[in-house]
Amino acid sequence: MIKLENINLDLGEFQLKDINLHIEEGEYYVILGLSGAGKSILLECIAGLQKPDNGKIYLDHEDITNQKIQKRSVGYVFQDHAVFPHLNVFENIAYSIKRKFSKQKVKDKVIEIAEIVNITHLLKRDPKTLSGGESQRVALARTLIRDPKCILLDEPFASLDVQLRDDLRSLFRKINRMGKTIIHVTHDYEESVTLAHKIAVFHKGKIVQNGKPSHVFANPKSKFVARFKGIRNFFVVKMIQHNKAVYKDKIAFEIPEQKKLSKGFVMLNSQDLKISRKPDPINESNKFKGIIKDIVPSMKGNEVVVDADIKLTVFIKHRDFEKLDLKLNEEVWVYFRPDTIKYIVSDKQ
Amino acid sequence: MTRTDPFALTLTLLGGVVLILIIAPLAGMFFETPLSMLFKTAREEEVIRSITLTLLTSLGATIFFSIFAIPLAYLLARKKFTGKRIVSGIIDLPVVIPHTAAGIAVLGFVSRDTWLGKMADSLGFDFVGSPVGIALAMSFVSIPFLINAARDGFSSVPVRLEQAAYNLGASPVRMFFTISLPLAWRHILSGFILMFARGLSEFGAVVIVAYHPMITPVMIYERFTAFGLKYAQPLAVLFILVCLVFFLILRMLTRENGNNGNFKFRKNK
Repeated sequence: MIKLENINLDLGEFQLKDINLHIEEGEYYVILGLSGAGKSILLECIAGLQKPDNGKIYLDHEDITNQKIQKRSVGYVFQDHAVFPHLNVFENIAYSIKRKFSKQKVKDKVIEIAEIVNITHLLKRDPKTLSGGESQRVALARTLIRDPKCILLDEPFASLDVQLRDDLRSLFRKINRMGKTIIHVTHDYEESVTLAHKIAVFHKGKIVQNGKPSHVFANPKSKFVARFKGIRNFFVVKMIQHNKAVYKDKIAFEIPEQKKLSKGFVMLNSQDLKISRKPDPINESNKFKGIIKDIVPSMKGNEVVVDADIKLTVFIKHRDFEKLDLKLNEEVWVYFRPDTIKYIVSDKQ
Repeated sequence: MTRTDPFALTLTLLGGVVLILIIAPLAGMFFETPLSMLFKTAREEEVIRSITLTLLTSLGATIFFSIFAIPLAYLLARKKFTGKRIVSGIIDLPVVIPHTAAGIAVLGFVSRDTWLGKMADSLGFDFVGSPVGIALAMSFVSIPFLINAARDGFSSVPVRLEQAAYNLGASPVRMFFTISLPLAWRHILSGFILMFARGLSEFGAVVIVAYHPMITPVMIYERFTAFGLKYAQPLAVLFILVCLVFFLILRMLTRENGNNGNFKFRKNK
């Protein structure tokens, strides 16, 4: 069990602000945030490479905030792997146990770990000849052999191709099933939802939302979290009637009927928005006139960004897009049914 | 027909002047020295003693001061502390001061009038005119080369590797000997060679601290002033050859693959 209590650290460029986390034993916990947001600093605090300005870190109820790096039962797999270039793969893996066991025992242990991470064929190799995926596995084996209570993975899929990512993902799941607590830092939404038991979304040095991935992404509490799921239309609103909410006190949305008036968020899938050159005669509510500001093609279709005092993103399939023949700076109407809106009540009322 | 690049040609001509500056005096001296004179000089007992003394004092000084210079270089490369820039400046000082002045400074530190000299005297030892005094004078002028090279070496080792070693349970001492030192080793060895070479060639500082026992640069000077150019040349050529052989051996060490404990030398690519 790992517990972070009110961790604060100011490194100038990077900051940690009042971080509170509770990670259960055997949990696969993902910290999701943009690249360069300082997520790695959080891992460095847990590993002991950085000392927080204040706050406490507990590992299995023991306060390890001021404990030496060497004494912490925390294994850190660095983003750049940090495989020792002057030692071969065997020597790298054996580094932490070389002085603790007999030569034969060290050899047995290295082979055992190498089998788990599937690198037995690499043991005599010079690290300079390893591919990114192989090097990642060596770093992982080197950490696992110490049998730490918790493993910290810093952007483990960075600079790996898709095939290697799949293999490594199943390896991490395997290690997690062996009972290891894993804290995994990433900027990749897909990576987080496929691996995490629980997730914390990290933004500007703070954890903005945490919980089970399905819950976090079904109920994003900020535009930042919504953006990770690919939600482009996310607005902070205030209800003025049981079926009406306003954005910035002037733009009104008709929303599904709510029991209580509250502040909250309006979330819309861009597929649910419709676009036309004339106003929709059937829909009376949620109609917005605007100008097409951008058209972004993707694999499945086009995202059309319309500026209608609020920025609305409409997804149109390729075939429909061709039929509509939309142009930049053209005036259009965007409309959607109230039942396509997901209204999320904010924690801060 | 290939076209000649005027810029490259200019660079080559300018660079050629530098090469001539180095090669011409050496080649002249080599060609003017008959082989018979060279062999005769090489057999002189006084010469053999002098060359041995020069090599051993410089090597001894380099090895002894490495024990202090390498940790200092690591501190300078890795740690932040008050006065770090001043310390770096002090280390470079011997490079810029005249060597005779360096000799005077060392003499002023170890002569019989000083506390160190008095203390040595009470033990029946005198720095002045001794191989230890020579080694001190050599070290004074040559130690910046080792410290600076080692500092560059340690700076070139990624901090992440040291952090990884700590995370794997290594103590600072184990991390230093198994990660930092082996990875900075080639820089350190280069610094070692430079310090050794600088020590061998030192004249100004040594001649003030110890005219006798006579190291080879002092002996070359003595033969030149007492007997003239022709008499000094064979010894100069011989000493240059001996130095070259030593350099080649040390340089070869950095190129050969081998495993000396945890240290590995890699092939230059």
